[in-house]
Amino acid sequence: MAELNSKIPKGPLSQKWAHYKDHQNLVNPSNKRKLDIIVIGTGLAGASAAASLGEMGFNVKIFCYQDSPRRAHSIAAQGGINAAKNYPNDGDTVYRLFYDTIKGGDYRAREANVYRLAEVSNAIIDQCVAQGVPFAREYSGSLENRSFGGAQVSRTFYARGQTGQQLLLGAYGALSRQIKLGSVKLFNRHEMMDVVIIDGKARGIIARDLITGKLERHFGHTVVIATGGYGNVFYLSTNAMGSNTSAIWQIFKKGAFFANPCFTQIHPTCIPVHGDYQSKLTLMSESLRNDGRIWVPKKKEDAQAHRHGKLKANDIPEEDRDYFLERRYPAYGNLVPRDVASRAAKERCDAGFGVGETGLAVFLDFKESIGRLGKNTIENRYGNLFQMYEKIVDENPYENPMMIYPAVHYTMGGTWVDYELMTTVTGLFVAGEANFSDHGANRLGASALMQGLADGYFVLPYTLQNYLSGEIKVPRMSTDKTEFAEAEKNVQLRLEKLMAVKGTHTVDHFHKELGKIMWEYVGMGRNATGLKKAIELIRKLRAQFWKDVKIPGTLNELNTELEKANRVADFLELGELIAFDALNRNESCGGHCREEYHTEEGECLRNDQDYKYVAAWEYLSEGDFKLHKEPLDYEEIEVKQRVYK
Amino acid sequence: MKLTLKIWRQKDAKSTGKFVTYPIDNISPNCSFLEMLDLLNEQLILQGQDPVVFDHDCREGICGMCSLYINGRPHGPDDAVTACQLHMRKFKDGETIIIEPWRAKPFPVIKDLMVDRTAFDKIIQEGGYISVNTGGSAEANSILINKINSELAMDAAACIGCGACVAACKNASAMLFVSAKVSQFALLPQGQVEANERVKKMVKKMDELGFGNCTNTYACEAECPKLISRSNIARLNREFMVAKVLG
Repeated sequence: MAELNSKIPKGPLSQKWAHYKDHQNLVNPSNKRKLDIIVIGTGLAGASAAASLGEMGFNVKIFCYQDSPRRAHSIAAQGGINAAKNYPNDGDTVYRLFYDTIKGGDYRAREANVYRLAEVSNAIIDQCVAQGVPFAREYSGSLENRSFGGAQVSRTFYARGQTGQQLLLGAYGALSRQIKLGSVKLFNRHEMMDVVIIDGKARGIIARDLITGKLERHFGHTVVIATGGYGNVFYLSTNAMGSNTSAIWQIFKKGAFFANPCFTQIHPTCIPVHGDYQSKLTLMSESLRNDGRIWVPKKKEDAQAHRHGKLKANDIPEEDRDYFLERRYPAYGNLVPRDVASRAAKERCDAGFGVGETGLAVFLDFKESIGRLGKNTIENRYGNLFQMYEKIVDENPYENPMMIYPAVHYTMGGTWVDYELMTTVTGLFVAGEANFSDHGANRLGASALMQGLADGYFVLPYTLQNYLSGEIKVPRMSTDKTEFAEAEKNVQLRLEKLMAVKGTHTVDHFHKELGKIMWEYVGMGRNATGLKKAIELIRKLRAQFWKDVKIPGTLNELNTELEKANRVADFLELGELIAFDALNRNESCGGHCREEYHTEEGECLRNDQDYKYVAAWEYLSEGDFKLHKEPLDYEEIEVKQRVYK
Repeated sequence: MKLTLKIWRQKDAKSTGKFVTYPIDNISPNCSFLEMLDLLNEQLILQGQDPVVFDHDCREGICGMCSLYINGRPHGPDDAVTACQLHMRKFKDGETIIIEPWRAKPFPVIKDLMVDRTAFDKIIQEGGYISVNTGGSAEANSILINKINSELAMDAAACIGCGACVAACKNASAMLFVSAKVSQFALLPQGQVEANERVKKMVKKMDELGFGNCTNTYACEAECPKLISRSNIARLNREFMVAKVLG
């Protein structure tokens, strides 16, 4: 495999994207009609890419495992989307958004990609408003902004607590329009099983019709994967039940490098775990930290009394409360980035100050802001979140402080892509959360929606066209080709192998066990001993899975257990790679916290000398991965310790 | 908690379905309804039976995928929640719970509790959007929108497309769903250009797909997990009439 070439355009940082667009190759309208593009996933990145490419005149096929493209998990994003509009006149610029994102990512993201992201952020807002996305507004009729973690300006646009939903429905509308016009063909309830590579280029996929169980072959001149993150490797996460790593894992096995898999984000404000029957964790938007204050009792005996139900939060006097984020980080207070807030909460709970039944929770208190702004204002800002909390926990958050605890939320790592979002496999692109490109070791709040839509609306339409300009002479290929038959056969064999195990434990059993290993040893606090143990345990569990998993039903029918088993089989391999990567990275940065490496004050200790690189892993065989390094050179930014104090 | 579940089982779209009774024990009141079904499925699989198939994904009340008709109500006995956010504390120990799929001609059963709701996508494809291409949009703040209308548009846009309104309606009418999308754009200046065409096309498609008419019982509003208001239906009717008059 050749050395990594990130294909960053020449010229000063602020001119790179303009330079790229000025010099890229184009495809004329009559040739566009002859070119087929396959898009996997209908979230923000996939839907916006497919809609835009359809508008341009390409033939697009888009696939989702859900019953409708509108269900993709982007829909669940709550808080908002960043852009450098500077409407509040608080000093925001494109550079500042870029800077905050790089710093927020603890100097482990690629400078040129992040600058482009900040640069196109404003056009996203224009686009979404034109589509009729009902963003929050001032009485003057202009758009309203709020603050999010890791920034000292208010640059977050939002639609109540449902920003992801509204942006996705905007993209879904655009996609639906193209479906009606015939430029995009939708395959719902279909799952991509493998990519087909012909003469070194991605040329199609094998998909499974989830209703009939039949395998299908689909040709494309190029393939775009936008299937989201792999947080479900932890079993409990804020991801949807169906969110999976399978598409990016299958392409990994076909030569697409996997970058920084250990960069996973633990979100500080989620509803705590309450029982072993639990299937997922629910996020409470970061926006709540605008008005909520996070605290635990100052006295251990108060924390203990609360755990035993003998003391209520409201009965703990003000002077006995430790607002630990405000105490440790006076400059950013409750709005420190997610990794910092999560670690601080874990530190307090580990030290014995945690509250709630399990002692694994801290308070998020709105009493002060309700007193200052009134209940109505708080209800307007966060009504649906408060309602959701009350339904799940059965407690009124207007009267009692919420209890929250960190949970797995987002994965910054993902398929390695170059500046054009192309993987190490020619003609194979990865967009959105599924790629690694923009968030380094930690993502700032309201930046996931920005990246998904940037990739889909404003990056891929250019870079894909540039790639396809070289494919205009390639006629549509028959799916009878050997490569398609071979790929389909391999998928068939794998599914048959799964069905043939006929063991004694359910898929969920293995998934839960994997989750426990990951959370215990590869979660918020990692160390070399634990990571080595995790690798050993995951290997054992994987072997057990292939000997003992029980899948009812048959291959050629709707079989939800088989779907799950196929995904969990991939998670069982990915878990090992995450641990590998975490073990390799002997430093703490962003969401990757190695207990051996921290400053005297307990903050992350990066090692720029040895680890200022993207770790891109190549798949050799099961459990055997080769490391390639992409050095990170910062031209416009001085790399320093991240300080939020 | 100890419960008796009567669940609709149907092998595929062509087969005839029937209720099958399953006892289940040791359910925590803090368990969500879908987690309770997970536990049932775990039992069924270990006993060598087929698990109950049901649609679900985000499990936080926003994707709109879950679609269970519980004790005669879409999404069950709690108000303003989807089935995934319904918790077992809303039931009594020893209770018998009847679980069915959405029942409506345009939503055929695929298997057990899973139905085909692509009819909703088809309605949206007719005009549930503003026809604007990527790029070239005007500066966002050049379109000023009255806050009240903007909030009303957001109220309507909160629809999750789950289909509870159709399942609740004795006529299997999709008026609340269609009106929510029509209203969102009718309330916004960006939506005006295509307003007449949009409402006519979406209503036509809705009729074609076999959804019934509205007879003003408002069961849809009562059962909507997102509290979409019936006033949107009035707005839809007005928009439709204006469009017809203007041709």
